[in-house]
Amino acid sequence: MSGAARSVSLALGGSLVAILVLAAIAGPLIVRADPNAIDLANSLAAPSAGHPFGCDQLGRDVLARVLWGARLSLFVAIVVVIASAAIGTLIGVSAGLASERIDNLIMRGVDIVLAFPGILLAIALAAILGPGIRDLVIALVAMGWTGYARIVRGEVLTLREREYVVAARTLGARPPRLVLRHLLPGVAGPLAVQATFGIGGIIGAEAALSFLGLGVMPPTPSWGNMLDAGRAFLLVAPHLTTAPGLAIGISILGFNLMGDGIAQLIGIRN
Amino acid sequence: MIGYFARRLAAIVPVAIGVATLTFLIIHIVPGDPVTAMLGESAAPADIVGMRHRLGLDRPILVQYGAFLKGLAEGDLGQSIVYRRPVSRIIAERYPATLELAAAGMLVALVVALPLGFIAGSRPGGAGDIASMGFAIAGISIPHIYLGPLLMILFSLDLRWLPLTGRGGLAHLLLPAITLGTALAAILARMLRQSLVAVRESDYIRTAVSKGLTARAALIRHGLRNSLTSVVTLVGLQIGGLLSGALITEVIFSWPGIGRLLISAIGLRDYPLVEGCVLAFAMTYVVVNLLTDVVYGLIDPRVRYA
Repeated sequence: MSGAARSVSLALGGSLVAILVLAAIAGPLIVRADPNAIDLANSLAAPSAGHPFGCDQLGRDVLARVLWGARLSLFVAIVVVIASAAIGTLIGVSAGLASERIDNLIMRGVDIVLAFPGILLAIALAAILGPGIRDLVIALVAMGWTGYARIVRGEVLTLREREYVVAARTLGARPPRLVLRHLLPGVAGPLAVQATFGIGGIIGAEAALSFLGLGVMPPTPSWGNMLDAGRAFLLVAPHLTTAPGLAIGISILGFNLMGDGIAQLIGIRN
Repeated sequence: MIGYFARRLAAIVPVAIGVATLTFLIIHIVPGDPVTAMLGESAAPADIVGMRHRLGLDRPILVQYGAFLKGLAEGDLGQSIVYRRPVSRIIAERYPATLELAAAGMLVALVVALPLGFIAGSRPGGAGDIASMGFAIAGISIPHIYLGPLLMILFSLDLRWLPLTGRGGLAHLLLPAITLGTALAAILARMLRQSLVAVRESDYIRTAVSKGLTARAALIRHGLRNSLTSVVTLVGLQIGGLLSGALITEVIFSWPGIGRLLISAIGLRDYPLVEGCVLAFAMTYVVVNLLTDVVYGLIDPRVRYA
């Protein structure tokens, strides 16, 4: 990627993410419509001045629901990414610093979790735990921590042979100090890139689970369950799927572009 | 050569056992009692005890685990509660539909990605590059759950060219395959472009050009072949995404494969069937990964001796 393309993707991605964050925080304060207020007179109403994104089958304002959905999507994604990164980092650092046998054991465990394709593990967990935001977060973290563990372990294996780390260890630095002062700053860059892509990925995964009826349950608005409900009205009210669909697409696009930009900026090839 | 394949085969055994164990743990250890979930909170205690006994859930967990592994080795995944038939037989009936969809999605991805990646990589910065990579960025970002309905609105409801849902001939397959293959096409096109851009600078391309080949011919004759190995690697890495995408695509298009079966089994709280479908997906992934390794070993001799 050339320098110009890099700054374009960082700027464009950053702008999209900023719009999303702003919409999530300020949107529900500006658009005062209650996302759950039923108004059957407006059932499936097309976009108009009063309801810019139209109304759903129960006459609820789609714009308000998309904005509240933004809040929920972003909240879930950020919580999941922070928890996944924390667990992944802890396990990755442990594997990277442990003996070869322990390292092997941990990484085989990671391999087994990774043997579940895509969101299958989250689907299986969500199926047993039942729907709900807390269980959704648990299911997504169970799926998401492995990527961070792999990256951190890889970085720690390289960093621990570096002179400054060897020197610190020779001088008697204890493992917690070694990790906090010398290793974590070294893995921060790759972690930031993974987390940026991760937020986009989790927004997509959360939407998919809610779409399948395994995540956020109606009437709480989430982009995924809005898309699912809108499918029944594709012909008469395509705006029901367009609004949440574009919201998911634009959010993922924003985080992907931003991740690309950050990766290039700090010189990581993904 | 045989040693390499034997090593790869041996390496998947522990992963396969691990996958089976984790699936078992999710269904049997995670809080939430499948029997109460199946019968409802208000079920009579006697019914709950009876159902637990019928499913073998009243035995010690290790005994259940042993029976589970033994059954698995014999291809016995238990009995579906709703359909009252062997889970393995139900899955065997639905499995071809999932494979068909996944293969069609992969085909769409390759048919789209190879020309786009080549156009983009053969003249970086040109109009073709910008257009192709614009498509790629959009393709990666648009989720299946939106692309599917979008294609349905356009091609089934507005233009009435293609059937809306279900499985039949090629016409039924087209929209699900495009829904499934688009994201992979985007990823592969980006990879091929990146790889071709790097190859363009290499000595052997410069030599081929200085011997009189046009730049494009040199890239096709020599560059593309080398770039394709990275595409094969990426295809292997993306199979997981393809399989879980197939699961969602099946639900969108009412495609009668194991993805839709899994989601309906979850809704019906048919836990033996849920367990069987999860295992079928995960084991497919494990086996496809093995096959990718084998193909890679055949293409690139360096891998076999590494």
